[in-house]
Amino acid sequence: MATAALTRDGLFRRPRATTGWWSWVTTVDHKKIGIMYCATAFVFFILAGLQALAIRAQLAQPNGDILDADTYNQFFTMHGVSMIFLVVMPLGVGLMNYIVPLQIGARDVAFPRLNAFSYWVFLFGGLFLYSSFLLGGAPDGGWFGYAPLNRQLPGHGMTYYSIGLQILGAASLAGAVNFIVTILNMRAPGMTFMRMPIFTWMTLTTAFLLLFAMPVIAVALFQLMFDRVFGAVFFDSTAGGDPILWQHLFWVFGHPEVYIMILPAMGIVSDVLPAFARKPIFGYAAIVFAGIAIGFMGWGVWAHHMFAVGMGPVANSAFALSTMFIAVPTGIKIFNWLGTLWGGDIRFKTPLLFAVGFVSMFIIGGLSGVTHSIVPHDTQQTDTYYVVAHFHYVLFGGAIFGIFAGFYYWWPKVFGHLLSDRLGKVHFWLMFVGFNLAFGPMHIVGLEGMPRRIYTYPEGMGWDLWNLIETIGAYTIAVSVLVFIANVVVSARRRQDAGADPWDGRTLEWSTPSPPPEYNFAEIPLVRGRDDFWRRKYVERPDEVPARVFAGGAEGADGHGHHDHAIHMPSPSYFPVLAAAGIPLMGYGAIYDGLRGLVAVGALILVFGLFGWVLEPSAEE
Amino acid sequence: MTRPCTGSRWRLAALLPLLVMVISACASDTPQNALKPEGPFARDADRLWDLTFGIAVVVFFVVELALVYALVKFRHRPGRKAAQFHGNTRLEVALTAVPALILAGIAVPTVRTQFDLAADPQGALQVEVVGHRFWWEMSYPEQGFKTANEMHIPTGRPVRVTLVGAAADPVDATRPEVIHSFWVPRLAGAQDVVPGHENGLLLQADEPGVYLGQCKEFCGLSHANMRLRVIAHTPAGFQRWVREQSRPPEESSLAAEGARLFQEGQFPNGPACSACHAVDPSSPGIGPNLAHFASRSTFAGAMFDNNEANLRAWLAGPPDVKPGATMPDLGLTQEQIDALVAYLQSLE
Repeated sequence: MATAALTRDGLFRRPRATTGWWSWVTTVDHKKIGIMYCATAFVFFILAGLQALAIRAQLAQPNGDILDADTYNQFFTMHGVSMIFLVVMPLGVGLMNYIVPLQIGARDVAFPRLNAFSYWVFLFGGLFLYSSFLLGGAPDGGWFGYAPLNRQLPGHGMTYYSIGLQILGAASLAGAVNFIVTILNMRAPGMTFMRMPIFTWMTLTTAFLLLFAMPVIAVALFQLMFDRVFGAVFFDSTAGGDPILWQHLFWVFGHPEVYIMILPAMGIVSDVLPAFARKPIFGYAAIVFAGIAIGFMGWGVWAHHMFAVGMGPVANSAFALSTMFIAVPTGIKIFNWLGTLWGGDIRFKTPLLFAVGFVSMFIIGGLSGVTHSIVPHDTQQTDTYYVVAHFHYVLFGGAIFGIFAGFYYWWPKVFGHLLSDRLGKVHFWLMFVGFNLAFGPMHIVGLEGMPRRIYTYPEGMGWDLWNLIETIGAYTIAVSVLVFIANVVVSARRRQDAGADPWDGRTLEWSTPSPPPEYNFAEIPLVRGRDDFWRRKYVERPDEVPARVFAGGAEGADGHGHHDHAIHMPSPSYFPVLAAAGIPLMGYGAIYDGLRGLVAVGALILVFGLFGWVLEPSAEE
Repeated sequence: MTRPCTGSRWRLAALLPLLVMVISACASDTPQNALKPEGPFARDADRLWDLTFGIAVVVFFVVELALVYALVKFRHRPGRKAAQFHGNTRLEVALTAVPALILAGIAVPTVRTQFDLAADPQGALQVEVVGHRFWWEMSYPEQGFKTANEMHIPTGRPVRVTLVGAAADPVDATRPEVIHSFWVPRLAGAQDVVPGHENGLLLQADEPGVYLGQCKEFCGLSHANMRLRVIAHTPAGFQRWVREQSRPPEESSLAAEGARLFQEGQFPNGPACSACHAVDPSSPGIGPNLAHFASRSTFAGAMFDNNEANLRAWLAGPPDVKPGATMPDLGLTQEQIDALVAYLQSLE
């Protein structure tokens, strides 16, 4: 590679577009990347939701014949894989991307191009997985992909699974490193750890969980890829392997993964409740340390997914105890959210409704989680719809409700206009009712003996009515999502100007204009306390009744022209998207015998992209 | 907390979700209901559930009511000022300690019940179960015969089920068998059948009857159709069943043609039935042992009732009626199906 070609302008002329779609492809701005993360994940949310609707249609009555067994298995697998890796995780990452730099008073993340690379790898990984539907069949062994079935399932579905999830894991790892470095190093002066907003704290905790969890699943997926592509026998008991190995590797990743999905939502709720109760969070230190405690203890509970595997009473008891006691920090959070509402001046705006929905539904998910820890009865509950009910109360009633709270809360910051509160409330109540209709009865049918992952069931089991109600609930959720989409469209047309600080917010993101300029803050704020923006607006008098000091409060809201030339921002780049594009090509090459050459082509593109990236200055002078 | 169907009145009146569950559990017939234990081992687990569920319901109501109370009481009203407090250490310590103590209270009986259920009781009936795609092979080593999908047991006597993980699929020795999970909820919690491992499970029935179960670990296309049943007899009835199973089947002259096809027929898409299925109760085979087939109430992984119409549909093309079935469509003629059905129905 000639160095002459890699002068300041790089190999290509440096991209300069600031508007239009090309500006999005080459952007390294954490805000644009955050929007792209959320928009992409929302599309996958629709796709995975449609799979869920097909599943519910099939199960609405006994002996359903809408889906055959094979299609059903692909749908329930891809529903789970998508909702976890392509929806809840990236929605959390998208919000982190947009909000965390604003909350800590930074102008971007630590590694802006790595951030763009994470997004593109995520997008290409998702497209790679979904392309399997068109190329002979999607993964069909469940998101948990248990060995040795994962090696034997015909077609390329589970190979797509093993490679697709490795690609997505690379995106998560790069993102995790980026967030850790950003939060540790790029906080504004005075933003000490114990002054950070809770959402930032939970982002930091989540990033560490990702950093340690992703390598574990990468090992398992790598072994599976070798099993399927090269005929290795890691999990084959006839050749001296052991299928239980997969389960341990999978759940050592899989349980922290649950906290990776829920902690960001807990962070959102911990920011939303104080804003709408107009009070500081109750027990800041306790809620932070509870989050960190969950992050630590989350590594010691994985085998509660395996109580029926035959680990013996000693191991089972150990994991039963750790599972019970992880409920303690979770309980602390619930009590602190209650304490935050207590004595407040609660404004019932849509973000608050979703945040309260999160708390009330998460209580149910948490309690049913405790019932899993009583091992002799867990062997009844495990692999039944009771478990399906449990984790939907945690991941839908929890994570998704929390993420929608974040959407409604931060929408005015991101787009400069509010989402309609009236449509938002219709959305909330439809979703809340639909959610409980869809997943509440699953507790009952599960205990009445209905296993998970069955494409059909006979009549006469006493499950018919509940399944019908669940299907009605699922379609109610679908309607609520349509209301949300309608809200987005209607609100964008109406453009009800939000101003910088529509909710009388507490944290730094509300101190910049909406939407924030590319450089976020005209001047890096000096942070003097927790909820710094609130303190700047109100002075705490000795009687602790807040008094307004000055109106407005948003700095730089008078326009953002005159600061631009002085602020040094990273320049857009072609190389992150180029490097990322090589990775799925390597995946296809690994899957198809006839396309092995693609591995080399993809690797060349990746290496070329990385070279261009490394040799290109991060910002033009 | 008592079992839902017998809960005392005040609890039912007070606890709406419990009431819903009680109605659902009592109103309809739920043959696979884990909350209706019919034997001592399932009941041990159920007692733990009742304790934990009772506590969970109380916690649920206390916390949710506190939440609703806070939302109503502290909703925005003109002139309201939010109280600006940051926490309350004493309250926070108490709210951490109380759940921890409650959980410790659940932990003690959980651990104790675990070890109780792992014990090996004296005088248990031994049954070996192997999981195949997608049916159950069951052997009675002390009695020396095999059957499939329907486990017969005596009431009042513990049954020690040994779950043998077949290392390889009998049809294709290079293909390892996958994980299944043996589950008869009204008699015991589930245990996985893991290739290369051996697990154990205790079950016992109080009353004669049919107890439904099914495979609980996803095992492929017909996971949903991998069902089983445990049929409990009085001890005398069980002895009678053992005697009937132990003798070789009588060949019916009416089904002689079927017997010949079974043993030595050549079909367009496969060999004679006997290549995979034994009719001698003590012989092994790749497919389910068909000795005394006519005495079973179901077949094909307890998926179909054992009757002539279902047998005909099955023989005409097993993968058509059970996705992923190992048995191929042999390409039988109507006459061959007639003869084979007559033969199978003669295997009393």
